[in-house]
Amino acid sequence: MLRDVTLGQYFPGNSLLHKLDPRMKIFLIIIYIVTIFSANNPVSFAVVLASAFVLVFLSKIPLKLILKGLKPVFVIMIFTAFINIFWTTGDHLLISWKFIKIYAEGIQYAIFMVVRVLSLIIGSSVLLTYTTSPIALTDGLERVLGPLKVLHIPVHEFSMMMTIALRFIPTLIEETDKIINAQKARGADFSSGNLIERAKALVPIMVPLFVSAFHRADELAIAMECRCYHGGEGRTRMTQLHLHTRDFVVLGALLILLAGIIVLNIIF
Amino acid sequence: MESKNYIIDAKNLCFSYKNEDGDPLPVIKNVSLAVEKGSFVAVLGHNGSGKSTLAKLLNLVLTPDSGSLVIDGCETMRDDLTDADIYDLRRKIGMVFQNPDNQLVATIVEEDIAFGPENLGIPPKEIRTRVDEALKAVNMTEFAHHSPSQLSGGQKQRIAIAGIIAMLPDCIIFDESTAMLDPAGRAEVMDTIERLNKEKGITVLLITHYMDEAVRADRVVVMNHGEILLDDAPRHVFSEVEKLKSVGLDVPQVTDLMWRLKKDAGFDLPGDLLHSDEAVEALGKLWKKLSGEEA
Repeated sequence: MLRDVTLGQYFPGNSLLHKLDPRMKIFLIIIYIVTIFSANNPVSFAVVLASAFVLVFLSKIPLKLILKGLKPVFVIMIFTAFINIFWTTGDHLLISWKFIKIYAEGIQYAIFMVVRVLSLIIGSSVLLTYTTSPIALTDGLERVLGPLKVLHIPVHEFSMMMTIALRFIPTLIEETDKIINAQKARGADFSSGNLIERAKALVPIMVPLFVSAFHRADELAIAMECRCYHGGEGRTRMTQLHLHTRDFVVLGALLILLAGIIVLNIIF
Repeated sequence: MESKNYIIDAKNLCFSYKNEDGDPLPVIKNVSLAVEKGSFVAVLGHNGSGKSTLAKLLNLVLTPDSGSLVIDGCETMRDDLTDADIYDLRRKIGMVFQNPDNQLVATIVEEDIAFGPENLGIPPKEIRTRVDEALKAVNMTEFAHHSPSQLSGGQKQRIAIAGIIAMLPDCIIFDESTAMLDPAGRAEVMDTIERLNKEKGITVLLITHYMDEAVRADRVVVMNHGEILLDDAPRHVFSEVEKLKSVGLDVPQVTDLMWRLKKDAGFDLPGDLLHSDEAVEALGKLWKKLSGEEA
């Protein structure tokens, strides 16, 4: 019952975006977000939206899958549009009915905001979550944030925690399945009653799950100690990340896009 | 230098846990155990006999209350033992635990095997070669890029073993490493263990409560209530059927059958048989002798 949960949303593939260095991707996403937020006129917004779809094309991920992933944010987009339409004031009054006043600027802003959210989500999911395996992502983050160690921020520990969490997700899902079945076999009922009753029915699942998780954590800690784990100090890595030409090509393309948007902002 | 041939040389080790009232609860009482390099030693004992605690003492996860513990010629019970010394000793004495799920760290098999060498600060290129060799040693090369959750229990346990091998240990302690596996997984792991001992010369300390596993060792140590009860070759240990039974341990089925035929039925059979082919031979001889007497 819990096996169908897809986590991390990683979509394995072999496209250009899949092959990019995870460290570079983290920078790329920052540049891309800056680009999206610098757009402030119809032409540049059109370019931003087009660029999001170019990224989708480069990732070779079916558009359908990405649109499906947009469903949860659909409500947010409608809400944003709604607020912008009714609360923005401007010079060109279009509709005035009782207290409702809709201006042309409001509609324009609403469209801008929707395009912005849309490109933001499509761009970041295609650049990062869909095309980067969770392990590569944590690895990339650890290395990008490495300099923060100087400020005594436990970067390595965070990345280790992420790795272990990812490692244990399938194990704990399996375990939850087992516990649910064991409780069902003893007559537990998880599918009837009101919301509160159902929430209460979860207690006999959560308690054994937590107990076993702590037990596992304890054993894992000893196993890690036995394998000489002593934090990030003096640790080497088997996989070395190398920046390739393609990383710089994509970086260049995104920088040109950013410059283009700024130029477009000045012209229009 | 008598300690030179021993990878582990423990003398008069004592260890106790604190119970809830803070009173010491002795688990290891005056245990002395010397393990020769390259040998295959099985440690037998029922639950609570202190065998797992002993393993943790030998691996320096726990510190003994008293006694002396020399690992590969290095005394561990001194005060000036640095962290670096401890890591080096832990590298020499690898440890594989019972639950394969709770000792794998990474989401990809080869990343997990690399975990130990990475902690030791080995250069990346050498880690690569070590990981490939370790995978080969446990016959798991084709699974290098799998996720541990896709593997069976026996396969996971072999990955855990590979993770230890990649640290180039002198000795590996298996703490009931086959207890949670199905028969096929147990056979896989036991074959791997035996091969590592014979081919790579890695000293094996196998903690188990399966008699058929203990039979495969060069030497069997039986523990009871934190003390060593018997310490000898399997043949001699398992001939002490009464002593073993008195501490709640079984003997291999064949040995038990032969022993009972001898004791209860009064047949003239040797009491130290470990394998079924030996039993067949002995029974054959007995049969011939008996039918000869009748005729």
